[in-house]
Amino acid sequence: MKEYNNKKAVSYNRWGYLFLLPFLTVFVVFQLIPLGTTIYNSFFENYRSGLTQVGPNFVGLENFRKLISSGELLVYFKNTMIMWVMGFIPQIVVALLLSAWFSDPSLRLKFTGFFKTVIYLPNLIMAAAFAMLFFTLFSESGPMNSILMQMGILSRPYKFLSNSWSARTLVAAMNFLMWFGNTTILLMAGIMGIDSSLFEAAEVDGATATQVFFRITLPLLRPILIYVMITSLIGGLQMFDVPQVLTNATGDPMRSTMTLIMYLNKHLYSKNYGMAGALSVLMFLLTGFLSILVFKMTAERKKK
Amino acid sequence: MKEKSKKRKGISLRARRWIAYGVLTLMVFLCLFWFYVLFINATRSHGELTRGFTPIPSTHFLENWKNLLAGTLPVWTGLCNSVLVAGSSAVVSTYFSTMTAYAIHAYTFPGKKAVFTFILMIMMIPTQVTALGFVQLVTRIKLEDSFIPLIVPTIAAPITFYYIKQYMESNLPLSLVEAARIDGSGEFRTFNHIVLPLMKPAIAVQMIFTFVTSWNNYFTPALILHDDKKKTLPILIAQLRSADFLKFDMGQVYVMIVFSILPVVAVYLFLSRYIVAGVAAGSVKG
Repeated sequence: MKEYNNKKAVSYNRWGYLFLLPFLTVFVVFQLIPLGTTIYNSFFENYRSGLTQVGPNFVGLENFRKLISSGELLVYFKNTMIMWVMGFIPQIVVALLLSAWFSDPSLRLKFTGFFKTVIYLPNLIMAAAFAMLFFTLFSESGPMNSILMQMGILSRPYKFLSNSWSARTLVAAMNFLMWFGNTTILLMAGIMGIDSSLFEAAEVDGATATQVFFRITLPLLRPILIYVMITSLIGGLQMFDVPQVLTNATGDPMRSTMTLIMYLNKHLYSKNYGMAGALSVLMFLLTGFLSILVFKMTAERKKK
Repeated sequence: MKEKSKKRKGISLRARRWIAYGVLTLMVFLCLFWFYVLFINATRSHGELTRGFTPIPSTHFLENWKNLLAGTLPVWTGLCNSVLVAGSSAVVSTYFSTMTAYAIHAYTFPGKKAVFTFILMIMMIPTQVTALGFVQLVTRIKLEDSFIPLIVPTIAAPITFYYIKQYMESNLPLSLVEAARIDGSGEFRTFNHIVLPLMKPAIAVQMIFTFVTSWNNYFTPALILHDDKKKTLPILIAQLRSADFLKFDMGQVYVMIVFSILPVVAVYLFLSRYIVAGVAAGSVKG
């Protein structure tokens, strides 16, 4: 009888493999094999120069050397990071403020459902359409210039997209608008997870709201804040749609808004597979490293 | 006495409440202002648009819309393609993610823990870094200008899987699966008829997210779809951007933007409560 049961259990558990099969097959075919060929490509010289096809010839690490020594990579990495930081700082500050307010019972805010709905809305908007919208709104003859002139702030149209800092600010502002609502909701869930007796004890001891925020909420939110920062950084490294559409793939002015993925996209379009491969491998190593950090944090919190 | 103790607490509650409302109002303004301008401008003709901004809508919305349809941009096919790709992705991705979650949740087999750990580890790795190999693969198996390479890969969706797995842990007692076995239900049947219906709330939330992600996706479709008849809306938007803008009828540009974001906004307005709750639930990782 016992043996029979065991056999039965084993035969059930085979279903586990069967149910995993679709995921694993698709993962291997569409992620793992492409990753393999991407890495393979990074070791080959393979591009088109005019009408002549060069390669594929094995060149070892030459692509990586060329990529790093050209200086372009560093510039695009810097652009990506600058725009990420410019969007992330206001994002985390506003999200911290809003999440603290939303979850403060003594404040008794009304319409929180409405506020949450509105601040999350930009996250669902198509980034390409949002960028196109900003391009039209901030174009030289666009409505923003018109409004600013009507208000007397500007005397003549300002070329937002011809100045590197205003163009970067536009990209950062869009990223900020698209992500602060999401971060607010994440942080709220984190604050809800803090033991409420801590807040009550602080209340009894006569702590001010500012003290509660800096002495209790912020330190206890640290793990979630780090999680939010790293995931946002991974997202920031993938920044593409917004600057791509806003600048029509040029990264203008003077390539100051060109991001790493836009650079990758350029190589993919011009079929320079060697350089695209090398850039992909570098991006993979970077995001892979950051992903392991996120994974470790997730696993640690799971243990608690 | 109580009043007195409150007064000692730094800034008064009233003031803090007003500051909170002030900042919230400003944020609401920052979130909605652009869309307000968008909808106003979508109703104005090219001539009116060049004369500067007015806060009052005009009457040319339908005219702009008709001009857009009569133009060279395949707007309707773009919409149909987007709906088809995003809809299929949402169904396929959530179905198989639930299946994967069920495999990890309900069975014990050698290597299960390794698979689970592995899925969590690859969760954050962006698809862009494998795009080169992906495009080469798609070209080699002659699936360019096909929706298959946009739909099928969503079967392996670690984030959707993880969300559903979390939900399953608290909402699918294994005794139920046992009971179904005793009643003679096959494993596959149990999954389809007992597990799936119980997972409905989680599946619905993830369907929405998968739909929106796919709907908004620009990077991969732009590499795969080259035929005008196959292009999705984000590609058309980018095409609109690269067309010589100033010569173009700007009213049409605004209508096109409205057209591509409206479906998602409409769905969101109906389901926002569930979506926001879903984001919060998904965030409590572990």
